[in-house]
Order: sequence, then C-alpha cells, then structure tokens
Amino acid sequence: MDAFHAHGDAHSGHPSGSRGSYLLGFTLSVVLTALPFWFVMGGTLGDKQVTALVIMAFAAVQIVVHMIYFLHMNTTSEGGWSMMALIFTVIMVVIALTGSLWVMHHLNGNMMPVHDLSRMR
Amino acid sequence: MTIATGNLQAGEPVFYLVDEHEHAEGSSTMLGFWIYLMSDCLIFAILFATYGVLGGNYAAGPAPKDLFDLSLVAVNTSMLLLSSITYGFAMLQMEQSRVGATQAWLAITGLFGLAFIGIELSEFAHMIHEGATPQRSAFLSSFFTLVGTHGLHVTFGLVWLVTLMTQVSRYGLTEANRRRLMCLSMFWHFLDVVWIGVFTFVYLMGMLR
Repeated sequence: MDAFHAHGDAHSGHPSGSRGSYLLGFTLSVVLTALPFWFVMGGTLGDKQVTALVIMAFAAVQIVVHMIYFLHMNTTSEGGWSMMALIFTVIMVVIALTGSLWVMHHLNGNMMPVHDLSRMR
Repeated sequence: MTIATGNLQAGEPVFYLVDEHEHAEGSSTMLGFWIYLMSDCLIFAILFATYGVLGGNYAAGPAPKDLFDLSLVAVNTSMLLLSSITYGFAMLQMEQSRVGATQAWLAITGLFGLAFIGIELSEFAHMIHEGATPQRSAFLSSFFTLVGTHGLHVTFGLVWLVTLMTQVSRYGLTEANRRRLMCLSMFWHFLDVVWIGVFTFVYLMGMLR
C-alpha cells in the first residue's frame, strides 16, 4: 500500500538547503575549481599523466559536491525515484563514454600507420 | 485504500486500484523535470564522448594550446559558480516569501549568467577570427558543438529567468511560481555541473595534451 501513496507525500517538503549548506558547497566548489586550474596553469605536479588523473578526480568530487549542496540530492526525495533516475543515467553515461573512448582508441590503434612507418617491420 | 469495492454487485474480483487517488497540482513536476534533466545529461554525455574521440584530430590546424586562454576560462568558471550561489540565495529568500530580495538575487544571477555568455561569445569570436572555425578540424567541430550546446542551454536559462522574474513581479510568489523557480534552480545548478565536465575535459585536459 505504501508504494502507491509515497509519491503523494514526498512532494510536501522539497529538500532545500540552508544558507550554511549553500556557503559550504560554494566554498568546497571554489577550492575544487581553483586547485585544478593551479595544477595545470602552474604545472605544479610536473607529470602530465598525474595531473590529468588528479584533475579528473577533483572534477568527480566537485560534481558530487554540487549534487548534494546545490541540487539537494538524497535517497529519500520523491520517494527515492530521483535517485533511481540518477543512478540509471550515471550507468548510461559511463557506458556511452567508456564504450566510445575504448572502441575508438583501439580502432585508431589498429589503423595502418600513415606517418610513422618506422614501426612497420 | 479501498481496493476491489468498485463493482462488488457484479461479483467479480478487481485486481487494481479502482478509486483514483489524489494528485495535487504540480506534485509530479519536480520528478518529471529531474527526469528531463537526466535525459539532457545523456545528450551531453554523447557530446563529451564525441569530443573525447575527435578531440585530438587537429587536421594540421590549431590545437588547444594555440587557442585556449586558461585565465579567461577561470574567470568564466567563476562567473557560473557565483551565479549558482546567488541563485541559491534567491531560493532561500523565496522560502522566506520576500519578493523583493528574491527578485534582486535573481537579477544578480542573471547578470552573472550574462557575463558568462558574453565571455564565451567573445572567446568564440576571437577563435573564429583566427581561423579556428567549426569546419576547420574534427577537434574544432566537436569543441564548438559541446561548448556551444552548453552555452545555448545557459542562454535559454537566461530567457527563462527573465520570464520568471516578470511572472513573479506580476503575480508574486504564488505556488505555481515557486514551483517554476525550483525547476529553474535545478536547471541552473545542473548546467554548472555540466560546466565542471567542460572545463576539466575540454580546457584543462586540452592544455595537457
């Protein structure tokens, strides 16, 4: 029975932040934005591979911060359906991104080299 | 909670809810809008994947290093981030039912959004002036498609913002207007989330290539 009526009750109180939570989210975002720019513009970390991995990790964390503090995502809003939609979307995005990059990377790798003939034996 | 009382006289069991339970007006709007945003997210995922695949194909043309000005991108990013927090303040004022303060924060949000679009357009104009047009290389085609689609979203967000400010000034913070403002809030914050992906994958990673 609860399942039928849960969505009727869920909308009564939309999750919304307080001034403090907005400011905390904003502060975290500023830090998580400023550091990657500093890493790349200043070449602080030296190695490009390491820098790329670090700024991707920062982006992932910042997306979660925005989801929690600005979009007010939680597992209970709308009876859990918005979280379900989000999880489904994340799965689709991961498949689309990794699939495309993986397939096309190998396609490029298996192409006959045009300029670099030295590797052909 | 009454099940199967619909046609007892017929003597046939009914295996579904007969009485339509109440749907308050707009009760499903927020979930519906969230699902729209998720579908929008898939559009951006495809554009990111396209950029990821084609982003290194310069066709002997300009590369990210020749084109991007990271300090300008940093300013642009801060404009969007500031507009996110000011929209949050507008929502807080809305909860206190203060029309004037809500309108003021919305106006500030709009100005930050306008600054973002202005900087982005001037960047595009500068690139095109240097011959880095969308048809120059696959990298530039996918770049303009991805960043342009995001910019177009922000532009429509601004149109929506002005529309809602007019609505609020005319009808006040009615239930319907609050709901609309909450939808735009989700849209606006969502665009900021997409921008995190853009400045990381396109601009910062582009400079590392």
